[in-house]
Amino acid sequence: MSETAGPHLSGAESLVKALEDVGADTVFGIPGGAILPAYDPLFDSSVRHILVRHEQGAGHAAEGFAMATGRVGVCMATSGPGATNLVTPIANAYMDSTPMVAITGQVPSASIGTDAFQEADIRGITMPITKHNFLVTDPALIPKTIAEAFHIAGTGRKGPVLVDISKDALQATSSYEWPDTIDLPGYRPVLKPHSKQVRETARLIVEARRPVLYVGGGVLAAGASTDLLLLAEMAGIPVVTTLMARGAFPDSHPLHMGMPGMHGTVAAVGALQKSDLILALGARFDDRVTGRLDTFAPGATVVHADIDPAEISKNRVADVPIVGDAKEVITELIGAVRAEHTSGRVGDYAAWRDTLGRMRSTYPLGYTPPTDGELAPQYVIERLGAIAGPDALYTAGVGQHQMWAAQFVKYEHPGSWLNSGGLGTMGFAVPAAMGAKVGRPDATVWAIDGDGCFQMTNQELATCAINDIPIKVAIINNSSLGMVRQWQTLFYNERYSNTDLHSVRIPDFVTLAEAYGAAGLRCETAADVDATIEKAMEINDRPVVVDFVVHKDAMVWPMVAAGTSNDEIKYARDMAPDWDKDEL
Amino acid sequence: MTRHTLSVLVEDQPGVLARIASLFSRRGFNIESLAVGPTEHAGMSRMTIAVNVDDLPLEQVTKQLNKLVNVLKIVELDPDTSIQRELLLVKVRADAQSRSQVLETVQLFRAKVVDVATDSIVIEATGNADKLDALLRVLEPFGVKELVQSGMVAVGRGPRSITDRTVRSADRPA
Repeated sequence: MSETAGPHLSGAESLVKALEDVGADTVFGIPGGAILPAYDPLFDSSVRHILVRHEQGAGHAAEGFAMATGRVGVCMATSGPGATNLVTPIANAYMDSTPMVAITGQVPSASIGTDAFQEADIRGITMPITKHNFLVTDPALIPKTIAEAFHIAGTGRKGPVLVDISKDALQATSSYEWPDTIDLPGYRPVLKPHSKQVRETARLIVEARRPVLYVGGGVLAAGASTDLLLLAEMAGIPVVTTLMARGAFPDSHPLHMGMPGMHGTVAAVGALQKSDLILALGARFDDRVTGRLDTFAPGATVVHADIDPAEISKNRVADVPIVGDAKEVITELIGAVRAEHTSGRVGDYAAWRDTLGRMRSTYPLGYTPPTDGELAPQYVIERLGAIAGPDALYTAGVGQHQMWAAQFVKYEHPGSWLNSGGLGTMGFAVPAAMGAKVGRPDATVWAIDGDGCFQMTNQELATCAINDIPIKVAIINNSSLGMVRQWQTLFYNERYSNTDLHSVRIPDFVTLAEAYGAAGLRCETAADVDATIEKAMEINDRPVVVDFVVHKDAMVWPMVAAGTSNDEIKYARDMAPDWDKDEL
Repeated sequence: MTRHTLSVLVEDQPGVLARIASLFSRRGFNIESLAVGPTEHAGMSRMTIAVNVDDLPLEQVTKQLNKLVNVLKIVELDPDTSIQRELLLVKVRADAQSRSQVLETVQLFRAKVVDVATDSIVIEATGNADKLDALLRVLEPFGVKELVQSGMVAVGRGPRSITDRTVRSADRPA
């Protein structure tokens, strides 16, 4: 670094200026001792800092922001406990490939390694859960590091990057040099697919009888939804969208078979299982999708396109591996399939579409309303999706309510479904909704949450109330850790060990909401559901929390029990689809 | 499972060894041997890593390694087309009675005596794993007091260097 050019700034000023230069306009965080120097210039900066109530909230908010906007989310915390509180969202962002930069203060470099007050080796701790991380002790390296961190987080297979900066580096001065180019010789993501592999795929497509597009979160990350629609329609291939890809393909589309996996639709699970050609686009053959791996889609040839070469053949061996960005892959595939069509080779999948169509109409998503007059959680979520509509954004925590939200809300647009897929982080919904609302203030943002999840991160309602972030929260309150309870019902002889949260009495969510400066509503009967949702939709000057008190014995169906084959899917308890009747 | 030798070219950055070692561990691979040292290019280190693993998991770990930002290049070295060496230092009991036999063994294996005391000597030997194992088997009856062995280092035979193409991009002047 030359000492002549660039203004002379403290490391803290450099950090804030670097955030401005990289185009970050929003940071979620909490100050503390080691990061404190950075908060002084931040006070005067154009960067909006949103003071959260817990660092985990900052991390999930950054994720929600990133998922809703497609931009890199930013969170900031101090050393030690501030940094370790970010570990869960960082791990979550890593599993779901969400672009995020976490900035942490570190104890002064002379104290590193001495077990100083609030010292934690956050770079070491986050090594296995970040795409890359940095420890900066030289103020001159701050701008370059920030530029690299944003570049790594937001390109290739996106993910979290942590930048740990020692307090002395924030305090010392150096000249500010914003790098013109990023030079990372060990980081060269491959975006453009190999054309030979693409042509081979097109050939397989027109020769197949039962092809399926297995669409994962990579399609959303690449912004390739429109291209996917074009490809599916021109080739006439049925589509399934994973939990991470809900919204990548319109739910209303006749080619859409729904979500595959442990709680997927019979048609989507069947589409994969009975397929002779799986076209995996930005998906990773997760265990929740494949079920028992050695029985997954036994008759399928697999084309696996992913931006991360390490995903290809990790779980299921790919017959045709394609490394590339989903948008580029789909664009090239469209051309290659069109060329096949022009030469008179067109796939005939009419029988296959009929089979899947019958599966879809014979085994639609559904539920049995409780007989005791209690509220069906699925009904609440179905109505919420219908009233708030496809232009709203929906976040979820993890568990039954998450699965129902993935099943019963109808997604039409990319970026409208934000959830914690890979890590399964309870408590994701409220802070993620906060981040999403900050990123897209004009959109209605609903957090569909469970009573268990909500109690893990609900303190961010205070952040929302104070900072004019009017999110809406639907607590699907079954007074228990519902998914765990469901497993106890199915696999532990209905012995409900430690899953009863007693949330109907404690806490009183309506009073709690009011205490946080939010509006609190309660709904206990089906007759009141629509009116309650409509009332919540009208409140836009503060957050709204609706306590939907629902039936606790409702279960998520269909289900492929953990460790079993997709062939053993049940669409209700002890009810297996008779899909072999349609054997091709 | 078969033994594979990976030569990994990395940026000489703090923490890079920890990144690589922890990646092997968390993906469930056991490192048999590891050696790190500088290369002919400033700012670049080279690790030689030996692992016992089947072909498919090896491909997975190689891909995961390639994703590390500080990793520049990975090459698998075939034992038939590379030179693989380890260094052994062994302290053997050698009193007046056994000393001549020990020294004879040293000569047979083209090893070296690098320290002599009244009732022990330190032997330095280099070679591949098989040769060093054989030497140790012969020395065992005399009494091995202390043994230390390096990780394996390896280099491909022939004129080419694994840094050839990497350097052009990695070593650009700043």
